Amino acid sequence: MGIAEESSMKTTRFTPSKLNLVLLLLALVAPFVLYPVFLMKVLCFALFACAFNLLLGFAGLLSFGHAVFLGTGGYVTGYLMINTGITPELGILAGTLAAGLVGALYGKLAVRREGIYFAMVTLALAQLAFFFYLQAPFTGGEDGLQGVPRGHLFGFIDLANNLQMYFFVLAIFLFGFWLIQRTVHSPFGQVLKAIRENEPRAISLGYNVNDYKWVAFIISAGLAGLAGSTKTLVFQLASLTDVHWHMSGEVVLMTLVGGMGTLFGPLVGAAAIVTIQNYLSGGELGNYIHIIMGAIFVVCVLAFRNGIVGQFRKVLKQNF
Amino acid sequence: MTQDLILETKNLIKAFKGFTAVDDVNLQIERGSIHALIGPNGAGKTTVFNLLTKYLAPTSGCLLFNGKDITALPSASIARLGIVRSFQISAVFPNLSVLENVRVALQRKEGNSFHFWKHERVLNRLNDKAMQLLDDVGLTGFAHSKTLDLPYGRKRALEIATTLALDPELMLLDEPTQGMGHEDVDVVANLIKRVSAGRTILMVEHNLHVVSKLADRITVLQRGAILTEGDYASVSADPRVREAYLGVSDDEPVAPVVQPAGPHSIDVAAGAGA
Ligand SMILES: Nc1ncnc2c1ncn2[C@@H]1O[C@H](COP(=O)(O)OP(=O)(O)OP(=O)(O)O)[C@@H](O)[C@H]1O
Ligand SMILES: [Mg+2]
Repeated sequence: MGIAEESSMKTTRFTPSKLNLVLLLLALVAPFVLYPVFLMKVLCFALFACAFNLLLGFAGLLSFGHAVFLGTGGYVTGYLMINTGITPELGILAGTLAAGLVGALYGKLAVRREGIYFAMVTLALAQLAFFFYLQAPFTGGEDGLQGVPRGHLFGFIDLANNLQMYFFVLAIFLFGFWLIQRTVHSPFGQVLKAIRENEPRAISLGYNVNDYKWVAFIISAGLAGLAGSTKTLVFQLASLTDVHWHMSGEVVLMTLVGGMGTLFGPLVGAAAIVTIQNYLSGGELGNYIHIIMGAIFVVCVLAFRNGIVGQFRKVLKQNF
Repeated sequence: MTQDLILETKNLIKAFKGFTAVDDVNLQIERGSIHALIGPNGAGKTTVFNLLTKYLAPTSGCLLFNGKDITALPSASIARLGIVRSFQISAVFPNLSVLENVRVALQRKEGNSFHFWKHERVLNRLNDKAMQLLDDVGLTGFAHSKTLDLPYGRKRALEIATTLALDPELMLLDEPTQGMGHEDVDVVANLIKRVSAGRTILMVEHNLHVVSKLADRITVLQRGAILTEGDYASVSADPRVREAYLGVSDDEPVAPVVQPAGPHSIDVAAGAGA
């Protein structure tokens, strides 16, 4: 990744590869210090937020229905793990593909609209899916799919062991994160950025911009599905919470708090929000969780519009 | 004598809620020529450009490119046929580097624009070509700057370089010299002259000095309709043009048109003295 930055990155000069290495080392030792299930939750939401950020930050498209893809991945993986003897990696693959497929359909409809209308179409389609999952016979309705077995990875690594599960989730996250970085720094990513920067001009250069948005939408939906599938295995549960519009809002929150359009922003945002939620839900303040999250959101949007990572960069730039 | 027309419009009409911005326009653009479209502010010049490139759908009428009806095609397809436009308000990709702006245009014909799994360094093989194009418009030294930071005149030059990157058969330039200092105006005028070899150019231009220097043929638009057509000598001698477009009486010399208010009006006035 480091070589790519020379022409396109104008931000701080502390080499990304070094930062990556430090983060990777932290991720490798973390499960020996912190509770692995908590870390896995952070990783799943971080992947979800990164996928969402690909669309918002790099294609300039605000989807307000991304929970559908998270939930679809989760339900499909959950259903297959319970009802067929399939191994977890295949279960996750199936969930991811299913989310990508729904993304292809929804994206096709949504990218024809712009701005707020795009957001409205994604929200409407997501609500449709929510009611479908509420009624459908295979989702367990209000109860969801419980007791999803984690199974044996490749048939022989027992994922019931939290530590082994953690490294599996970490590998999935790294793959997703890498794919997003690659997409952003690919020939396709260049066109996507051009469209975000000046859509009429991109059209006048002969680009069918809707096709590019569509492909970005599918990648984003697929990766959101990957996050959902993984999350279902971690918690052994697929439920309506994951397809609810609250979840669609939460991912917006994570991305904006962390810093949209930055590589690490969604990761930081997801970690921050999940940590706060975990902390609050255990304590006295549990009842006020939504109010507190709302307040954090307002403060972030008003005080540092570029999110935590954006703000961090600015400070670095000013002081070094 | 039969003409070799690259682009033709037939009874082109665009009405906005009862207001007819383009009124029964029959344009004929000859291959290999530089054709200027002039007219007072609000005459409908940009709207004509928008119709030719389908940024707006005509209310009625049709477009023929190389004799083929292209009225039903979407904008991107028209661009792919070889009709590439620039915009009146400079259209660049502000957060890409200057080099990347040109490269993203070159990239379209590479066939890898959907390759999200490849590293963008595969685009580096376009760098030489891009640098050459930047060199043509005097932007070599800015290649790695962020486009956002370019002065306005340079952005316009970059826009031309980006358009040229597609090697269009027909280039539509909407006021390419607007907002430039007069040295830059001459640079761009010379550039347009140079790149006109082997292609056709249709340009909207307010600076009559540039028009007189470049245009083989001029169409004067007034309130959406064609007032007159011809070469510079005949158009500038036409009393209706002097009256309606230039807003001067017969005994005054031909001067550049009244410009929309803005920082560039001074530059154009300076250009007029040349
Ligand atoms: N989308 C639109 N909706 C309604 N009216 C429009 C629209 N676009 C242009 N017009 C009107 O059509 C007329 C022609 O506008 P146009 O921009 O084509 O003029 P122009 O000749 O390019 O002027 P200028 O020299 O100022 O660039 C103007 O009166 C303008 O207000
Ligand atoms: Mg105009």
